[in-house]
Formats: sequence, C-alpha cells, structure tokens
Amino acid sequence: MTVKEFALHNGYKILSCVDRAEELEITGVYICDLLSMAMAKIDDGELWITVHTNLNIIAIASLTNASCIVIPEGIEVEENTINKAQEKEVVIVQASDRSYDICINFYRQKSGVTYD
Amino acid sequence: MKQALWGQVIKVKSILKREYEIPANDFALAGEASSNVRKILTQLGVNPVIIKRTSIAMYEAELNAVIHGNGGKALVEIFEDKIQILIYDEGPGIEDIELAMVEGYSTAPDSIREMGFGAGMGLSNIKKNADEFLLESEINKGTKVYITIALF
Ligand SMILES: Nc1ncnc2c1ncn2[C@@H]1O[C@H](COP(=O)(O)OP(=O)(O)OP(=O)(O)O)[C@@H](O)[C@H]1O
Ligand SMILES: [Mg+2]
Repeated sequence: MTVKEFALHNGYKILSCVDRAEELEITGVYICDLLSMAMAKIDDGELWITVHTNLNIIAIASLTNASCIVIPEGIEVEENTINKAQEKEVVIVQASDRSYDICINFYRQKSGVTYD
Repeated sequence: MKQALWGQVIKVKSILKREYEIPANDFALAGEASSNVRKILTQLGVNPVIIKRTSIAMYEAELNAVIHGNGGKALVEIFEDKIQILIYDEGPGIEDIELAMVEGYSTAPDSIREMGFGAGMGLSNIKKNADEFLLESEINKGTKVYITIALF
C-alpha cells in the first residue's frame, strides 16, 4: 500500500510531497518520540508516528528512509517544518486518530480486514 | 589509533573531500552536512545500507556538535573503499567518555529534550554504525569524533 492509498482510505491529510506519497510503499510502522531511538530503529519504508512537529523530524525521516511521518491526534505542523519536508522530499501525514488507531487502520487495510 | 586511522589520508588520495560548518543550536541547519553527504553517496551509487549507516553515524555526531559542542566543523573524505568523517568542536568537552557512551546517559537540557533529543543514544548509534569509531575529548578544549565506514 502506498502512503497516498493509506492516507486517502483513512481520511488523513497529506501535508507535503503529495506526488511522492503516490510512489512510496509503506512496509510497516514504527512509533517513538525519542529522535535518536527512531534514528536507530526505523526500517526502510516504515511509517513513523511521532508527536514532534519540529524541524528535526525531517532529517530523521529522510536519513532512515521512512516512507512518511504521521502526526497523530490532529496536531498542527509548523509551516517551516512543512517547507523543509517539501525541500527534502519527506511526506508528512496529519491524522486525526490516536497512534494506536493509526496502527490498527494500517493493519486492517494491509490485511483486508473490514469488520468494525 | 588516531595515527592509524588518519595516517592513510596522506598516502592514499581521496576521491572527494568536503568541509562543513556546523552552527551551534541552529536547528534549521542541523543535519544539513549529513544530508549533503547522503546525497553525494547516493550519486556515487554506494550501497543503500552503507549510506544509511553513514547517515545515522554522521547525523548523531553532527547533532552532538550542534547541541553539546557550541557548534563545530565536519571534514569528510571519500576514498575508493571507505568514507572518513571527522566532526570536531571547541565546546566544553566530555568529562567521562565511558559514562557518555552509556545508553540513556544525557546532559541535554529540557529545551533540547522537548524537541525529542536526549535519549542518550547518539554516541552508541555512532558506534553501532561505524566500522571504526574514535572519540577524543578534553575539558574546555573540545571534542573530536572520528568515524570510518567501509564502502563495501
Ligand atoms: N560534542 C560534545 N561535546 C560535549 N559533550 C558531548 C558531546 N557529544 C556528547 N556529549 C555528552 O555525551 C552525552 C551523551 O551523548 P549522546 O549523543 O549519546 O546522547 P544525547 O546527545 O544526550 O542524546 P541523543 O543523542 O540520544 O539525543 C551528552 O548528553 C553530552 O553530555
Ligand atoms: Mg546525541
């Protein structure tokens, strides 16, 4: 599933690099708000959920080859962070859901489970 | 060990040499040096796994210079078979290197932790991703981080 498919299906908003969102496949999910832990652990293609919206998240996502950053709970993202994401070709997705539900939604969509 | 690492620089000509300024506490520019090196390695067609290891190691050293070292410089040399990175600063230095290497140890202030730094994992991330890693530090003089990564 691509980042765009995931975002569209769940009503999440793509804040940067919509064109890239169409190409990038999500391979899994990683959740952590400690930047150096995320740096160590994010595997290529993973969707990274963090509540941080500062500029530094862009380098983390870019250097680890994350497929996108997902900001949960409708948290607003600063304009300078979005600009940097655009510059570094990092996709930021803003989700209204909590981290747990974002994971559940990913799992359901991936495995085709439709019950509610 | 430093001699062994850098003695070779004189004998073997590098393919490419870059120098970067690392401004203190500037988070708009933090990571730019690492990001640029990543771009160069990508253009050179280096194995993506090695690019990622290099990026992680260099980023952590770069950010330590930004956050703890009052800013510094990065010297990067790419050879046929390896990349050598030196990140140095003239900041406060590290009193106890062994302690600094312990995962979870961090002196990052609250304002830095609020951004997500301060897990105390940066130095061990460097060690895990580098083929050779040397940390030299002197109180009130500064800190030098030498990173070597084999390109294949
Ligand atoms: N260049 C430096 N100058 C002075 N002190 C440093 C430098 N680099 C590291 N340190 C010291 O070593 C400690 C551990 O560094 P490390 O990178 O492992 O963790 P951190 O920077 O505190 O947090 P993290 O990297 O996980 O965000 C730092 O908190 C700091 O006290
Ligand atoms: Mg650090």
